[in-house]
Amino acid sequence: MSTELLAWLLPLPPLLVFFLIILLTNRHKALSHSIAVGAALLSWLGSMVIFFRAIQTEHLGLNPYTSAINWLPTGDTWLRIGVWIDPLSAATLFFVGWTVLMIFIYSVGYHNYGQPQGDHDKKGLQPYGATVADEHGHKHVVPSIEPMYARFFAFIGLFAFGMYTLVVSDNLLTLFVGWEIMGLCSYLLIGFWYQKPSARAAMIKAFLTTRVGDVFMLLGIAYLYSAVGSLSYSEIFKPETLNMLVATPAVGGFLGLSAAGMIGILLFIGTIGKSAQWPLHVWLPDAMEGPTPVSAMIHAATMVSAGVYMVIRMFPLLQAGSEHGQLTPVMTLMTVIGAFTAIFAATIAVAQNDIKRVLAYSTISQLGYMIAALGIGAYVAAAFHLITHAFFKALLFLGSGSVIHGVEHGVLHTGEHVDPQDMFNMGGLRKKMPITFWTFLIGGLALSGFPLVTAGFWSKDEILADAFGHGHWVVFVTLALAALLTAFYTGRQITLTFLGKPRTESANHAQETPWTMTLPLVVLAIFSIGIGWAGISESFPILGGIIPNFAHEFIGSTLAELPEVLPFNIWPLIVSLIVALGGLTTGWLVYRNQKVGEEDPLKIALGPLHTLLQNKYYFDELYDRIFVRPAYWMADTFTNQILDKGIIDGTLHFVARIASSVGGILRNYFDKPVVNGFGDFVGEGVKKVGQSIKVIQTGRVQQYLIMALILAFGAMFYFVFTLLQN
Amino acid sequence: MIPLSWYLIFAALLFCIGIYGVLVRKNAIAILMGIELMLNAVNVNLIAFWRYRDPAGVAGQAFAIIVFAVAAAEVAVGLALIISIYRRRNSVVADDINLLKW
Amino acid sequence: MTVEQIIFLFVAAVTLIAGISVVTSRNLIHSALWLILTLSGIAVFYVLLNAGFFAVIQVVIYIGAIAILFIFAAMLTRRVMQDTGPQSNSNWWLGAVVALLFFAGITLILINWQGFATQAPMLTNTSGQLSQLGLALVSPDKYVLPFELASVLLVAGMIGAIFVAGDKKQ
Repeated sequence: MSTELLAWLLPLPPLLVFFLIILLTNRHKALSHSIAVGAALLSWLGSMVIFFRAIQTEHLGLNPYTSAINWLPTGDTWLRIGVWIDPLSAATLFFVGWTVLMIFIYSVGYHNYGQPQGDHDKKGLQPYGATVADEHGHKHVVPSIEPMYARFFAFIGLFAFGMYTLVVSDNLLTLFVGWEIMGLCSYLLIGFWYQKPSARAAMIKAFLTTRVGDVFMLLGIAYLYSAVGSLSYSEIFKPETLNMLVATPAVGGFLGLSAAGMIGILLFIGTIGKSAQWPLHVWLPDAMEGPTPVSAMIHAATMVSAGVYMVIRMFPLLQAGSEHGQLTPVMTLMTVIGAFTAIFAATIAVAQNDIKRVLAYSTISQLGYMIAALGIGAYVAAAFHLITHAFFKALLFLGSGSVIHGVEHGVLHTGEHVDPQDMFNMGGLRKKMPITFWTFLIGGLALSGFPLVTAGFWSKDEILADAFGHGHWVVFVTLALAALLTAFYTGRQITLTFLGKPRTESANHAQETPWTMTLPLVVLAIFSIGIGWAGISESFPILGGIIPNFAHEFIGSTLAELPEVLPFNIWPLIVSLIVALGGLTTGWLVYRNQKVGEEDPLKIALGPLHTLLQNKYYFDELYDRIFVRPAYWMADTFTNQILDKGIIDGTLHFVARIASSVGGILRNYFDKPVVNGFGDFVGEGVKKVGQSIKVIQTGRVQQYLIMALILAFGAMFYFVFTLLQN
Repeated sequence: MIPLSWYLIFAALLFCIGIYGVLVRKNAIAILMGIELMLNAVNVNLIAFWRYRDPAGVAGQAFAIIVFAVAAAEVAVGLALIISIYRRRNSVVADDINLLKW
Repeated sequence: MTVEQIIFLFVAAVTLIAGISVVTSRNLIHSALWLILTLSGIAVFYVLLNAGFFAVIQVVIYIGAIAILFIFAAMLTRRVMQDTGPQSNSNWWLGAVVALLFFAGITLILINWQGFATQAPMLTNTSGQLSQLGLALVSPDKYVLPFELASVLLVAGMIGAIFVAGDKKQ
């Protein structure tokens, strides 16, 4: 099968699964998850085939596998859509295929397949547990199967379709289609347990916040289309097109930008929304209301990566017009926002107690890394970090889901009422859940950038090296500080969760999770370790040069000119080592003796600052004040009261009153007197006539005779008269 | 000689006297007497016409005989009815026999 | 004025006066007796019309049976020996008007009829008149049907009268 055809077919199995489950197999749990995992497997297989073919192809960047068809007629020309496999999309397909497959398999165990149905489980709420009796009649409460099991697989199937579409598309329009489908699925899946009010609020918040970004992105796409006349990458990235865009000033002379700059900024705002950068970061932590596989897939590995993927893809446009490595206005904006977000989110993560919230802010922070890297022009580093982050962040999220499941098992067993997601209720899970512990540790070390053996080290080090090497000092310092905080909160997280002694009975009774959940953890852990070695810089001491720098060679070949390889510099490496190891150790030291009910030491140390961090700098409250409440007020006052109730309802009531009074008039002045009156008149009239005439019937024969004779006279007179006339 | 008109006028007069009797008398038997007068006037008419128009034929005579028979039968039945009514209601006043009124 | 005409006028006057007395007499028996006089007068007319047979029939049947029947009925339906009050009902004037109008109407019609004032034709053969009548009454191509029907009627009337007026006591 040709690569292009394979690329066309890639998004289809998950889409088919979505329709099949929704229409046919919604009630059959085993059948639904089988076809879902099967579809994920098919797409994974296709992604692997495409990837392996891609890495064997020479000059894939210059001659990508591409195929397009005419789709929308636009006057004389057509809008074409199609597939595009170049090194960037091939590499993205690689990690998307693996993470999606692992998450599909994980979901089977996460939603407790094989467990009994719950006692009071309702659709729309998390499963509470089922009471089972063992041989001795002891009653235990065990985790119960998710009531909406098949629906979950339908939604993640649709989501996978959206992601694959976005990755293989060759034009911005189908990319945007995949983008929006993922936004929809994110909404549906965050609010999967829709009976929970917090989940409902979170799903709306996620959708609307990303919508803000999407509006600007759509403006950017429209502007691009009107300036270029096409949305296909092959057309946009032609040097002539880029030069034209740089040369033309932006509409309205906006801030002195060129058209390329304006478009770039607009498209980047879409990424700010989708990849949860400041200021549109507020939806991602709340999105943790969704089930953990959702958090893993959408908010770690794929959807938020889509934002970064898009800007990486549009890099030639964003970089257009820069001379001698100077940063264009767009790139400056990206650098500022990315770096700021990285440190901003890291500071908040330090003060979070929920295991998933820490990871959520960590994701925001790492995405900031990638965007900052792209902003300073480190194309390969950004892409490489995207790939490694997908693996270890998915691993961390799935691991946290495993941890939560284990503690929940303990909660159900002991009947304690503790939050199974609060790290301060955990502890000592290393002995209870070994596989989860080791894989989570690998993921955490990768996130912190533990030297040499973890993928995160290689990608993060490359970003720092690029920042240092190109002389962006502020960026370097900011990212280094963020890395320090990252390592610190990761150490904190691992220590609180796994090390020490269990702080609650539930943690004491925690159990390892089934193979459907631990197998993906192991696979992802292998990648978290190994994938980094695909990107070892050539100039690295000792190790550099043993394996060629696949990442640089392959991914870098996407661009028209291969990015330059920086000479090795010891300082970024030293800084990287210090922050990684130092942060991890500090985290371990501070928290290793955390006892039950004790205050968080950081809280004692920082005091009111900690409160600020824990409340996320009150950004949610600020947005609520500035945007949400006015919006509600406007909606209520203008649309609801004035327009809906006042004008529309008023018109209706007015018309109704007129109709009612017309009806009343017709009834009282026409229907009753004329129609009824006529009928009554006829009846009454007949009765009266009858009553007045009946006196003729006296029963007296002689009177009858007289009447007969009088009538006979009539005849006789008539006869006489005719006779007389003749 | 006597013209036909005399007989006809006479018959008409008798007939009208009979009508007067039928319409005016209270007693039911008196009404029947009035009817008898009328029938007799008719008979006179018939015989007069027979005599003046076709004395050789028998049509008029046969007709008159039939009228005689009918009159007799009718008087018998009528009087039987009146006697029956008298037995029931103890009255032969025609105005009192008005059960068929409204 | 011939003798016939004088006789005719005299008998007509008697008959008419008797007729008027029939319908105006207060006493029912008197009415019946006046009826007998009227019927006799009509019998005389039949004789004048050369219909002797009918005169006899008139006397026998009408006077001999029907008038007697009237007297019997009058006697059987008397509650008291004398009749009370006027014998005319409340609408007697309407009845008079109707009768007069009737007479006027009939006369008008008759006057306008061209055969009104004809004279009596000569009788040729008066002897076989009665046997001719008898034969006509029983001949199938003449008047047997009305004759038979009249007999049926008489029988039915007789049975009916007996039944209606019969005493139901036994």
